[in-house]
Formats: sequence, structure tokens, C-alpha cells
Amino acid sequence: MSAPTTPRVTSTPPRPPTTPTAGTDTTRPRRRRGRVTSRDHRLLPYLLLAPAVVMELLIHIVPMLVGIWMSFVRLTKFFLANWSAAPWAGLGNYRLALDLNSSIGAKLLQSFLVTIAFSVAAVVLSWGLGMMAAVALQQPFRGRGIVRTLFLVPYALPAYAGILTWNFMFQRDTGLINHVLADNLHLVGDRPFWLLGSNAFTSLVVVAVWRLWPFAFLTIMAGLQSVPTELYEAASVDGAGNLRSWRSITLPSLRPVNIVLVLVLFLWTFSDFNTPYVLFGTAQPPAGDLVSFHIYNASFLTWNFGIGAAMSVLLLLFLMVLTAAYLIVTNRRSSRA
Amino acid sequence: MTRRAFLAAASISALALGVTACSSGSTTSSGGGATGAGATLTYWASNQGTSLDNDKQVLTPVLNAFTKQTGVKVNLEVIGWNDLQTRIQTAITSGSGPDVLNIGNTWASSLQATGAFLPYDSAAMTAIGGKDKFVKAALDTGGMAGQDPTSVPLYGLAYGLYYNKAMFKAAGLNPPTTWEDMVAAAKKLTVPAKQRYGFSLAAGSYTENVHFAFINGSQNGGEWFDAAGKPTFTSDQNVQGVLRYLDLMQTDKVVNPSNAQYDNGTKAVNDFASGKVAMILNQNNADNSIVSNGMKSSEYGVVPFPSPSGGQKIATFIAGINLSVMKTTKSKDAALSFVKYMTSAETQKTLDKPFAALPVLQGETPVFTDNSVEAKTFQDIYATMSKPLPLVAAEDQFESTVGKAMSALFAKVATGGTVSAADVKSALKDAQDQVTAATGG
Repeated sequence: MSAPTTPRVTSTPPRPPTTPTAGTDTTRPRRRRGRVTSRDHRLLPYLLLAPAVVMELLIHIVPMLVGIWMSFVRLTKFFLANWSAAPWAGLGNYRLALDLNSSIGAKLLQSFLVTIAFSVAAVVLSWGLGMMAAVALQQPFRGRGIVRTLFLVPYALPAYAGILTWNFMFQRDTGLINHVLADNLHLVGDRPFWLLGSNAFTSLVVVAVWRLWPFAFLTIMAGLQSVPTELYEAASVDGAGNLRSWRSITLPSLRPVNIVLVLVLFLWTFSDFNTPYVLFGTAQPPAGDLVSFHIYNASFLTWNFGIGAAMSVLLLLFLMVLTAAYLIVTNRRSSRA
Repeated sequence: MTRRAFLAAASISALALGVTACSSGSTTSSGGGATGAGATLTYWASNQGTSLDNDKQVLTPVLNAFTKQTGVKVNLEVIGWNDLQTRIQTAITSGSGPDVLNIGNTWASSLQATGAFLPYDSAAMTAIGGKDKFVKAALDTGGMAGQDPTSVPLYGLAYGLYYNKAMFKAAGLNPPTTWEDMVAAAKKLTVPAKQRYGFSLAAGSYTENVHFAFINGSQNGGEWFDAAGKPTFTSDQNVQGVLRYLDLMQTDKVVNPSNAQYDNGTKAVNDFASGKVAMILNQNNADNSIVSNGMKSSEYGVVPFPSPSGGQKIATFIAGINLSVMKTTKSKDAALSFVKYMTSAETQKTLDKPFAALPVLQGETPVFTDNSVEAKTFQDIYATMSKPLPLVAAEDQFESTVGKAMSALFAKVATGGTVSAADVKSALKDAQDQVTAATGG
């Protein structure tokens, strides 16, 4: 396996001026085409970074700061056309969101717990399926390319089209799922609801895993490329079975990949808005009430953007604390190892 | 090109892209002259026909005639009901939106409170033809009492009880005049084994649910807001009214539990038109969908939505669509002349038929159906058995919170749970708390 080439960095010292060849004007210092001067060295990194920084500021940072400001004011429909006139509420919105005695606070907490359960289930299943598929497809076989492509299809499909199709499939009377379960396989007698009631949680997890596991598969597959095959050969010579070599070779080698992968999967599923929005439409069941959609409901439907912003800031703080803790724990283990 | 020049050009174009993307878009109208001629208006229409395409087909010739008359071009966009409220909110927040738009008339007071719509003061009213041309009850829905309205009526709508004549005749039933009669008839016509039910309800649609919360509550004499504008959702009359509606699925069992998944009224109408159910509760614009699904106008009849014996004779709220102009419009004169055109007698007559609307102008006869009995029934309902939804700023929040609470209760019933009066009261209390918090009360 060839080592990855390091990117060429333009930090080489400037070449001393060469003796001019005959025929060129020697009195004027002429810059050779493509030659980088010392002035360019200082500017170049900034020029390269500038578009990305500007975009980040405009699209992420500034709206986030506006959102944080919004959480401290009472921004309701009366001030929607003129934001700066909204009255200051201090921590009032936060107190309302965290007041577990009020229905708003209690519902937010319940939605939060549902989201944690959903994220854990979705991440575990996605990662598990991705790992199994990547290990199974590690050895080349006839048709491996086709299987890989098929596996990646759910991730490549436009989100709305895929989730909307699942909505049709989950319909109680006319959907494919109940048709197969009840009419063809006779597994259930009474056709269950999939988009209402407690089954809504299962539907949500199924759709989320369907969309997410190809990404886990792709990432782990890429990570597996860098595991040297000699290790597996040495292990089989020593008499290790498949499971043992997976546990002792594959997993530790994939550790850096897995750390990032699990974190990213968790953050994505936790703040997932598309899946509940498209799957359930306006009839949101409490068993599938994810916190992102809950916040949208609390702000857009009641035109109370102040409290929606407060809930969003709380969500942001929670995820930041969780990420920090996760990174500290995983780093400490690697420094001990 | 040197590397440096290339990089500079790349950064500048990226910056320029970013700035143009983030500049607040102005309203997409171009200002015209004093008369507005040569201007372009953007018009957001709501879904009144059988589909968004159908609306476009109906409106385009009408708008072209307006352009021919005045020289003002109109860019039409038809928006479905599940998106319309959010689109309007975004337009208000960003300051960039249409010039003229349809709104559900029940949202008029709430939208008026945002201050984003042009009030029809006496000058504007004169420009659109004067306020006396409108039916008074319809005009009253245009905004809060005591203030200049920010919307004028465009289409009138009222709820009615549609029943399948053949099914009723076969079972020897007469069209019901009280709630109890209606439930008894529905029970007789419900055969779950044959997938035949007495009623089809849009039990997953928050807009439909809240309409019936209001009508049923009003039949009991309940109010949803007090004189000071504070929500009074949890009164016994309202709780019992809501429970009575839920019981159609829960205890009377005349509604298919799957209806809890129906998130818009068209699905229920289709069930009626295909003979799966005997009755539906719908606004008079259901006629188009029913007929386009194959049922003939002679095969169904309409009666007012009945009250329980001894209850108040309220069969509908004053439903309809109003027309508003956004303050941010760049062509105020063109917009007002457009409103005048849309609310003129000729245009109204043209549009009332395909959109199955009741007339909002005084002295007009309904043209939405050829069935004169049905036309008279609806006109009577609209004029004598109607009550306006609360004309308060928090009206749209009332609709979304109470409506969603009812959808959740229906879902509970459909998936095998039970809902008692106490459950209804607690759900309505939650809704009330949300509205109180949002109005800063």
C-alpha cells in the first residue's frame, strides 16, 4: 500500500536569482512565469481560506448568533415585521423551556428522551450493518461492484423522495408493508398503524437506518483499505478464527475511523429534521417526536420564535457538552494505549 | 494568468456570490406608473380547486383578461394549504413576498397583528369599489373590530353535511336534523366487514379538526376566547363539544380508525365520492372533488350540520378566502386595481363556479352548483346558521394548537387507546398554555 503523498506546500525558500541567459534584459528584475515570490507566500493561505471563511460566517456563524439573540427576546408575530422592536425577555424563554411543571417544558423533555433513544438505536444499527457489510465485502468476489453500488443507493437518493416513498409504504390500509405482512405472509391479523401510536418509533428508526447505514458502510470500507493484509495472514497462521481476527485486528485498526464515524452519525441523527417532517407530515405522533421537529412546532406553529430559539440554544449546548465529553474520553483511552 | 491573479479573481467572485445570495430580495414586483400600468404583480393563490394545476387553469384566463384591461402583468403562484401559512410567515419575516395574496379568512386578525398587510382605509376601500358591495358578515371577518380591515372577502364557504341519497333511501332513513339522528343514521349505515362506514373524517388534519372543535363548542354555547381576548379553551362546553366529535370514532364507531391518518379533507371527500362512506362534513367546495370522482350531483344531498337537541343552531363558521395586499408592495395602485378586479361581480361569477364558492357580494345568487336546492341550503347556512371564528390576534395559534391536540387524540383512539373528558380537558389546557405563552400573557 503506497503511503499517501503529502500535499506540496509552498514554503520552500525563494531560489536565488539565476544568472540571466543571453538575450534577456538584465536591468529590470523580471518575475519568471509561475514563480512564487515571498509576498505571495504570506497572502496565499489567506486567499485560499477567504471564500470558505466568508461563507462560514454568512451561512453558519452569523445566523447562529442571530438565533442566540432571538432566544433572549420575545419575538412573536407582533414583532415579526420589525425584529428590533421585540421586548427583552432575559432568561424568561429559557425558564419556560426548562420548567418541567409546565406542559411546554415537560413536552420538551419527553421529546428529548425520545430523540436520545432514537439516536442510539439508529447509530447502533447503522454502524452494525455498515460494519457487517464492509467486512463481508472486504474480499473481492464476482459482482462485488454491483453489490456495493446497490448498497449505496439509499444514501444517494434525494431525501424527500425516499422518505415520502416510505410514507406510502407505511400506510395502514393501502401500504406495501401491511400488504406484505398481512396479506402475503399472514404474520399479523389486524393491520397495525405504522405512522401513529407506538409503532411510529419503529418506523422512524427503520427509515433513518435505511438512509444512514450506507454512509457507515462507505466510511468503514474506506478505513478497511488501510489495514495491512499481512496481519490477517499472520493471525490465521496463529489459528485465529474470523471473529477473533475481527475483534483483535479490524476493530483496533479502525479505531480512529470509528471514533469520528460514531460521533458524526450521532450528531446527524440527533438533529434530524427531514425524516420526521416528511414521514409524518402534520400528524406528528408523540412516539416519533424528535427534538428538531418539536422545536419547529413550538416556534413556527405558535409564532413564538423566542422560545424556539431558546430550545435550539439548549440543544446546541447539550450537543457541545456531549461531543466534548466524547472526545475527551476517547482521547484519554488512546493516550493510555 | 498568474496564480495570484487567478486566486484573487476566485475569491472575489466567491464573495460576490455570497453577497448577492444574502442580499434581502425585494418584492418581485416592478413599480409602474401612477396608474400602475406596465407593472408586474406577484399573486399567491390558495388551493380552491381540485388540485393546484386546476387552480392555475382556472385563474390564468381571468388574470390574462386583467392584463388586457389594465396592462398590468400578474405572476401567479398556487400554494397548497399545508404550506400556505408557513410561506406567509416567511414572506412577512423576510420582507420579500407577493404583492397580493389569498389568506384563509380565519387568519385575518392574526395576520393583521403582524402589521405586514396594507389596511384598507377609506381611500383604499374606494379604490377597490367601496365596502358596501360586500356581504356584511363576510366583510367583518376581514380584521379585528374597530380597526381598518387588512383583508376583503373573496370567496365565501360554509360547511354542510353531505349524504349519499341512495344509501339513505335503501336504509329507509331521512336526512338528519339533530346530532342524535345523525349518529343513529350513521350507525345503521356502518358495516365494518364491508369497509363501509357512516362517516369519513379528516381526523389527521389540524385545520379540519379545529373547525369542528369550534362548531361543536359553539353548539353547546361555548366560547374559545373571552371578551379580553384571553383563551378559554377548557370550558365544559368546549370539552364536551370536542369529545362528541371524537366519539364518532371512539364510542359510536361510525368512522374508520384509518381516518386518523387523513391529513387533508380531500381524502375524506374521495371516500364519499367512491361510495365507501355515507356522509361527510365538508365546505361547499367539496362539490368539485365529488363530481370529478364520478359521483353525480343528483346522487348526494346537503343539509346543515345538525346540533344536539336543545343546542344552539350553529352549522358552520363563516368560512372563506380573503384577499390581502402586502405593505411591502412596490405597486400599490396596481395591487388595489387587481383587488377591485377580483372582487368585481363579473370575476366573482366566473370564479365562484369552478371554486364552488358562495358569493361575498351583496345581492348575488350562488352559482357554484346547478342544484338549486343545494344552493339555497348553503346560502341559508351561510346567512343564518353561522358564527365567525374568534376575531383575535391569537386565532391562528388557536387553530394550530387545538387542531394538533385533536389529531393526537384521534391517533390515540385509532391505535386502541381511550380518551375521556379529562384527557380532552388536559389536552386543551396544554393548547391554552401554549397560546398564553406565545401572546406574552
